[in-house]
Amino acid sequence: MILDFFRNTAGAVRAINQKYAKPHIEMTGGVRFSLGALRFYLLLLVGIMVYKFITLLH
Amino acid sequence: MNILSKFYYRYKKILKTIRLYLIIAGPGIIVMVADNDAGGITTYTATGAQYSFHLIWFLILLGPVAYYVQEMTVRLGAVTKRGHAEAIFHSFGSFWGWFSLLDLVFLDWLTMITEFIGMTAAMSIFGVPPLVTVIISWIVMGTMVLQGRYWTWEKVALLFCGLNLIYIPAALMINPPVDKILHGSFIPQLPPGGFTNALFFLLMANIGTTIAPWMIFFQQSAVVDKGMQEKDMLWGKIDTAVGSLLTVVVAAGCVVLTATLLPGQMINDAATAAFRFMPINRYVGALLAIGLFDAGFLGAICISLASSWAFGEVFGWAHSLNHKVKEAPWFYAYYFFDLLLAGTVVLIPRAPLVLITLFVQVIAVTLLPAALVFLILLLNNEETMGEYRNTLFQNVANIGIVVMIIVISTLYGISAIFPKILGG
Repeated sequence: MILDFFRNTAGAVRAINQKYAKPHIEMTGGVRFSLGALRFYLLLLVGIMVYKFITLLH
Repeated sequence: MNILSKFYYRYKKILKTIRLYLIIAGPGIIVMVADNDAGGITTYTATGAQYSFHLIWFLILLGPVAYYVQEMTVRLGAVTKRGHAEAIFHSFGSFWGWFSLLDLVFLDWLTMITEFIGMTAAMSIFGVPPLVTVIISWIVMGTMVLQGRYWTWEKVALLFCGLNLIYIPAALMINPPVDKILHGSFIPQLPPGGFTNALFFLLMANIGTTIAPWMIFFQQSAVVDKGMQEKDMLWGKIDTAVGSLLTVVVAAGCVVLTATLLPGQMINDAATAAFRFMPINRYVGALLAIGLFDAGFLGAICISLASSWAFGEVFGWAHSLNHKVKEAPWFYAYYFFDLLLAGTVVLIPRAPLVLITLFVQVIAVTLLPAALVFLILLLNNEETMGEYRNTLFQNVANIGIVVMIIVISTLYGISAIFPKILGG
């Protein structure tokens, strides 16, 4: 039953990826790179905050 | 007679306008007042206790900041008739869509935990065990959504929003020093001691509690679920503006409470503040505790709905509060799953609940630029928005907000690694 659930979910995800495969707003390579870099940078900052949280706990 | 009939005509017109506003009002007020959630009340009370009235001006500045961000979701929802998650998938593709959705799920789950922390802490002041608070909250939250109408849910939520204003009479009851409040409200200033790590952390927590990613997703989906049209946008903006005003007033009320009654005390959460108020003025302590419970409750129902709507939009489930459970089983299943998961964490013995509450606000504000950038890109797309695109002023304001948040988050990150840079 659990396997069926994961199989169904994976199928749903594949269907969503197919449905939204072509974005309606065209982004240049530069914009995509900037968005990716921003995302990476923000996650790095979150990582630092999680580190701070753990040090405060100890 | 002419004057009388003119007066009568004006009176009827004003009544009609107010009635129209009350019909459209909802998403803006709810999202802004729910923004003063348990984490927010905790942050404001800590701010008032530690820094007195010195930072009220900062909270006032955050009001328009929240308005400019949330107003974009009104336009986007009314024009595209899509929730925010679906809008990102549709416009930017599945890669960015999954990134945004998973961000939302992660942050929403963390924030939901803080709401339950606030509710259980508030009720513990009245001797109610956490388990009882959590179970009763689940029951009430479930009942609110199961009646199958968005409008009913909205009106009940607005009642809870009204209760959130309880901090205002509480603040008035303690005869606060008006001159200090005015000075702190209109003269930008740093508290004595200057710019320290602790101050920086609280400033970030205040920003994080005023604008959060879940608010963007919630308001846009609520606008769609309510059925708002483009012709209703002006009222939607007024609704958002009224909400942002209420947010600032409640925030200032919380700061005034602790700044007046508990100045200089190390308060890390609102429940501790309410507990310490009891010997000073038990009515004020009770009002703060009731307000804290209400804040957590309002936050929890909005945040769990934001996630449920987002998943429903993306996975193509029926995802409206106008659907009964049988018509939208997965929508309601996710909603209840979210509530159960968050409420259960709070019941874990010795969990560092206060630390979690403050850190969640800071993490939320750090990830906010990722959501804001997509929102700005969507609002600048002529094909999508047509005449309702962002103006130059709106772009400048919102890009300025994004830059400010990135700079502040960076500075906090640096101070976390090199604590002595800001004097520790």
